[in-house]
Amino acid sequence: MADQRRVRILIGKAGLDGHDRGAKIVARALRDAGFEVIYTGLHHTPEMIVETAIQEDVDAIGLSILSGAHNYLFPEIIKLLKEKGVDDIVVFGGGIIPKDDIPGLLEKGIKSIFEPGTSTAEIINWVKENVSPRNP
Amino acid sequence: MLFDERKLEEIRQKKEIWEKEYKSLPKRDIDLTTISGMDIPPLAIPEDLDGFDYLRALGFPGSFPFTRGVYSTMYHGRLWTMRQFAGFGSPEDTNRRFKFLLDQGQTGLSTAFDMPTLMGYDCDHTRARGEVGKEGVSVSSLADMEVLFDGIRLDEVTTSMTINCTASIILAMYLVVAEKQGISWDKLDGTIQNDMLKEFIAQREWICPPRPSVKIVVDMIEFCVKHIPKWHPVSISGYHIREAGSTAVQELAFTLADGIGYVQECIERGINVDDFAPQLSFFFNVHNDFLEEVSKFRAARRMWAKIMRDRFGAKNPKSWMLRTHAQTAGASLTAQQPLNNIVRVAIQALAAVFGGVQSLHTNSMDETLALPTEESVTVALRTQQIIAEESGVVNSIDPLGGSYVIEALTNRMEKEAFDYIKKIDEIGGIIKAIDIGFPQKEIADAAYIYQKELDRGKKVIVGVNKYVTEKERTIPTLRINEEVDKSQKERLREIKRRRNNEAVRRHLGAIVRAAREGKNLMPFIIDAVREYATVGEISDIFREVYGIYRDPGYF
Repeated sequence: MADQRRVRILIGKAGLDGHDRGAKIVARALRDAGFEVIYTGLHHTPEMIVETAIQEDVDAIGLSILSGAHNYLFPEIIKLLKEKGVDDIVVFGGGIIPKDDIPGLLEKGIKSIFEPGTSTAEIINWVKENVSPRNP
Repeated sequence: MLFDERKLEEIRQKKEIWEKEYKSLPKRDIDLTTISGMDIPPLAIPEDLDGFDYLRALGFPGSFPFTRGVYSTMYHGRLWTMRQFAGFGSPEDTNRRFKFLLDQGQTGLSTAFDMPTLMGYDCDHTRARGEVGKEGVSVSSLADMEVLFDGIRLDEVTTSMTINCTASIILAMYLVVAEKQGISWDKLDGTIQNDMLKEFIAQREWICPPRPSVKIVVDMIEFCVKHIPKWHPVSISGYHIREAGSTAVQELAFTLADGIGYVQECIERGINVDDFAPQLSFFFNVHNDFLEEVSKFRAARRMWAKIMRDRFGAKNPKSWMLRTHAQTAGASLTAQQPLNNIVRVAIQALAAVFGGVQSLHTNSMDETLALPTEESVTVALRTQQIIAEESGVVNSIDPLGGSYVIEALTNRMEKEAFDYIKKIDEIGGIIKAIDIGFPQKEIADAAYIYQKELDRGKKVIVGVNKYVTEKERTIPTLRINEEVDKSQKERLREIKRRRNNEAVRRHLGAIVRAAREGKNLMPFIIDAVREYATVGEISDIFREVYGIYRDPGYF
């Protein structure tokens, strides 16, 4: 059997806030766990993130949002992925997201929300179980 | 020498006996390093002070090197300013919170702006979607600032404003609000954060690249020296460096390196060091590791005094003083078992007071979940009041001074931070160091190492990786009124219709010319905001003339 290509993940910072400690730690932990990781850097719009995801042919997008704009930014990205016909890209996220907002976000198509205090091992395991190459 | 050599020898011999016993006995599996990974002596003795010279190392409060405090009376003259950072939703919402805090005995205002304001976008810009009023108060024009400070006399409060790449615009608006209240600028007292270097290192809000960003900071320092003598035009900030995951030593080193950067730039502009240095202020984080934090503040004061006197030749003792605000560490709070955060904040606040800070913000227990509710912010303020008025720790100045371990740590942190500063000097200064990503990478490494220590359980966070409870109790959190977006856009539309658009165009044109000619921008920005030119309109000029900075995305 041919080698399956490695899972590619885009770690994205949508919106205007500069809180990138979590995003960078998750990016590094996933890279160290053997995934191919692309990090957008800060201050990206939903359009820019979806564009990068398509260009880089990623299998999943991990979004970090700590600005309170999650109820706008997450669904907007899901909507754009659908419009571009790439809604098989798995979207997960984390940041400062009130518990009450999580069910609504999951319903809109976010696969998982990791709350503050989640260990990197937990995220790595989740990605292993839930993300596989879209075009092997 | 403070200690007699024969006595020291005797102490050393006795220590050996103690050490033998200590080593032979069973001990818990304990990690004798600070939260930053610095070794702590299991027992400090006079010898750890390594040639301790009281007058050189500590001296007296209010005189060089200020290790024991910047003022001779410290908290006996005046308590620290209790300054809770507040801002959310509309200017009306935040104005109400300000008045509430003043009623509760708070002694200074501190303003949080929302992300669009901080990044130079008006509330109606597409980049502002979903963010208006979320992380702070929304301000697009002078009309919003007029509402924000409505009914608050600006000569009766000291105001701190946390804003950086658009600081020049917001300070200009504040000055015009004062004008309209009939208050002359020399009566205004407060601080604007305006520390762009740490933005590139840690907080990461910017418009243009480091060089022009620092140019605008220097414009503001120059302007304030001339026109607002009581104002602190920059608050050199380690807070965000620490929040981004640095060690305590990195926080100390990079903050002072930023300070050196500004002083250098101001001197190159031709401003006399003793004219501006007394107006500089600092802002540090105060984290969980009590001994390390107390030592950090003491080391910071001693280092800055040496830097200003010996490196820059400042003559005025006020130029040597590191006056600082502190905020308890946001990143140390946990979403799990949020009531525990009250205890963390109390310990951190106590460290800040032992550290001799001039002003303090205590975080609220719910800040990992949302912006704080009125109740949680009251508990945070009461924490400071209990320390100040019940605990008795303010009765003796620098009460931990002379503690063997505190003095040893203070010395060690100073040495390690000066090593970093030397490295930055060798790179060619802080701006060059930022250009090559040096502090950014050092911090990212430290953050990653700490996270791995947490994951392994080497470092403990109660309720997160130890003493976890299955059933979490929830606490009420603040919701931002979604109508803010609409009402803010309406006010902006209305202002743009009513203002003298011809005058606005003229004044914006004057800013463009001043920027191209390298003039001090402040007078031009003040004229423009007086006519209700907006944050977005003026920021667009920065983007056009100076270019946009893009995140290199180091991880």
